[in-house]
Amino acid sequence: MTAQEIHDLLKERFGDAVTAAKLENVPDPFAVVAADRVRDIALFCRDDERLRFDYLMCLSGVDYKGKFGVTYHLHSLTHRHKFVLKVEVPADAPNVPSVESVWRTADWHEREAFDLYGIVFTGHPDLRRILLPYDWEGHPLRKDYQVPEFYNGMRVPY
Amino acid sequence: MSEPTLETVTTSTGRRLRTEEMVVNMGPQHPSTHGVLRLEVVLDGEIVVDVIPHLGYLHRCFEKHCEHMTNYQQVVPYVDRMDYVAAMTNEHAYVVAAEKLLKIEVPERVHYIRIIMAELQRIASHLIAIGTFGIDMGAFTPFLYYFRDRERILDLFEMTCGARLLYNYMWIGGLSHDLPPQFTEKAKEFCTDFKRTMKEVNDLLNYNEIFIKRTANVGVLPKDLAVNYACSGPMLRGSGVDWDLRRDDPYTLYDRFEWNVITGNGEMGSVGDVWDRNMVRQREMAESVRIIEQALASLPEGDVQKAVPKRIRPVPGDAYGRVEGPRGELGFYIVAEDSVTPYRLKARAPAFVNLSVINEISKGAMLADLVAIVGSIDIVLGEVDR
Repeated sequence: MTAQEIHDLLKERFGDAVTAAKLENVPDPFAVVAADRVRDIALFCRDDERLRFDYLMCLSGVDYKGKFGVTYHLHSLTHRHKFVLKVEVPADAPNVPSVESVWRTADWHEREAFDLYGIVFTGHPDLRRILLPYDWEGHPLRKDYQVPEFYNGMRVPY
Repeated sequence: MSEPTLETVTTSTGRRLRTEEMVVNMGPQHPSTHGVLRLEVVLDGEIVVDVIPHLGYLHRCFEKHCEHMTNYQQVVPYVDRMDYVAAMTNEHAYVVAAEKLLKIEVPERVHYIRIIMAELQRIASHLIAIGTFGIDMGAFTPFLYYFRDRERILDLFEMTCGARLLYNYMWIGGLSHDLPPQFTEKAKEFCTDFKRTMKEVNDLLNYNEIFIKRTANVGVLPKDLAVNYACSGPMLRGSGVDWDLRRDDPYTLYDRFEWNVITGNGEMGSVGDVWDRNMVRQREMAESVRIIEQALASLPEGDVQKAVPKRIRPVPGDAYGRVEGPRGELGFYIVAEDSVTPYRLKARAPAFVNLSVINEISKGAMLADLVAIVGSIDIVLGEVDR
């Protein structure tokens, strides 16, 4: 299916939950969807016969200054088409439903986004830090991150 | 993690013994974790109940560093340091993503040289994977055979760009150098000799009775699970999924060459076992040799720096570029703002994703088999931890 058809299908099924889209003149066509519906949309994307997005290539957190984003790169091994979903959440309440139950690969990607951005994936079974030490404070990939001076008595800036 | 269980067993002599689960740490300093990885293993006797990986010992926040470069081109030497045994592949993935974002078309000669380098790098990386996997299984000799040949690939790289491990060779829009005069001849020689080594190691290792006993039917990864966990590369193909980005999502000119996608077929046990994954790597090397030979024979002329941009300032937007690396789908997601550095760069590291399936495929295995399973995933911790 083309990006336009995929978008139209999502729009038809989820209506206002698909808030924006850019399908032409971009390297990867994408649709912005409502954060609170992302799990339902992901499930539909995976299970609908026409879409069959069985493979989550990548899940990335982004800091858009003032709000956080999560980008889902979807791919279908069955139909060999791609699509990108994006969600945006306010920085003071960065909660996104987890898609771990849809694609198990999202487990570690979501833990990484939680670790480095502090985005909370609600419904994730085991949301703890993955790359940083468990007692690290702060989320380093945030644009306003300040490197702490000490970590457990050790000087951090070198 | 399940709660430790306390139960009583009666031995043949009628003695009653209490058993309980035991937690053993494998790593961070353990020879078969191939780096600094810690696996918290919950054991019931010798049977693995649960494996909880703890990562991050090599974490450098690579993605943050990339946001603080002075330009896009400067990221290239930095991505080398992610997967340090396959640096060419990292560069390739990054330049593919950046060129997609910047809409740069590179000359044909650049495509061909990149393919040659990527395939040589694939062979070099698989040589380490299979060699060290042999050591894990108790076979030391194949490792020496393979390292001898890997040195020759590194010699070829050194000839081309002066570096043996971290190259900074592929630039956005081109390459840092053209091929040196004797490269084609030397590379052809290598291909001819390497075919002999592959046969030797097949006899020594892959079809060795003891090796087969250790690897067949161990760590079986079913097809559906592999896809749901987004495994890629030999991990995915070992489970019988006929999927290779070089053919199925072309990012360069692989369609000009004749080669096959190798998948596991359960020859020695079940589809998707450790033996299959190892054998996919072994057979892929033969296909890489085929590609290299064809590319060398039909190398077009051209200027490899013609399309290198003087100044890079992309229009705001984002792009996800991916290549088929030795470990699988290596992708870079670049978000560009109106700036000369990436606003956000996310690396989708195949080893990171492939490792996440370890708990699923290790449950019920023997502790000794866990070593085989970790070895067959072929992780590079520089890439897992970034």
